[in-house]
Amino acid sequence: MGISMKIRIFVTLKNGVLDPQGKAIHHALDGLGFSGVNDVRSGRLIEMDVEDNVSDDDIDAMCKKLLANMVIENYRVEKLPESVPA
Amino acid sequence: MKSAVITFPGSNCDRDMAVAIEKISGQSPARVWHGDTSLSENYDLIAVPGGFSYGDYLRSGAMAARSPIMQSVVKAAESGTAILGVCNGFQILTEALLLPGALMRNSGIDFVCREVPLIVENDSSRFTSAYEKGEKIIIPVAHHDGNYFASEDELDRLEGEGRVAFRYAESVNGSARDIAGILNAKGNVLGMMPHPERHVENLQGGTDGVRIFESLTKTLLETAG
Repeated sequence: MGISMKIRIFVTLKNGVLDPQGKAIHHALDGLGFSGVNDVRSGRLIEMDVEDNVSDDDIDAMCKKLLANMVIENYRVEKLPESVPA
Repeated sequence: MKSAVITFPGSNCDRDMAVAIEKISGQSPARVWHGDTSLSENYDLIAVPGGFSYGDYLRSGAMAARSPIMQSVVKAAESGTAILGVCNGFQILTEALLLPGALMRNSGIDFVCREVPLIVENDSSRFTSAYEKGEKIIIPVAHHDGNYFASEDELDRLEGEGRVAFRYAESVNGSARDIAGILNAKGNVLGMMPHPERHVENLQGGTDGVRIFESLTKTLLETAG
């Protein structure tokens, strides 16, 4: 059996793309009395458990073809160190 | 006019679309399920209806755009078949890269559900030839993610090539340049957030949506004749 690895993919809106949800969250934080928050951007975290023979190129392709919309979003892949034998 | 309406899990305007097409073209469209992998016939028009396909999971339209049937719709679009995407259908067509840009959360956060005034910007496409450029029409919208986004270059290209089909006449959802509907470069794919199929008889409060379907029917008769 192969070793599996856990990866996290952070999908965020590109700079310059308006984020109404981030703005609403910011507004709500203000309303709760939290000060000092300059800006809020919201995004999406996707966690995956994949076989370790899945290449970085494959993961890139998954992001580009489905997980992120490259017109408006960027993504960042993080491999978790605590990958364990399956 | 031989047409088809695609239904995804979560589509909810597919029946309205089919009724509108039949009412105006006189021919009942085929109903095609998302899991079908191929279109059994050559259609003149394929409609991708509104709704909340796949629960809007991941992004509105993202899952539907990768469903088996959409591969066939993309091929049909490439071969020149008219493709009409309304609301969630517009989102699906952008996710499938048949149309440029993306539809983001409305700038006001709220779901917008009301009749809105539109300006007809293109009256020469096969979808819009029965309208007149500059004309103001009323069509209902009902969406949460209708805020059209594209790069400034892309927006300039759309405007320069006459591919903005409809523009909102008032602020609705924060769309770049108030864009409500766009055409692809070949002019055979139209995506629009407003619902023309919801304004095809007086009981619905208006009939300004009728001419989308009249335009399609007329163009097809002309090219056939």
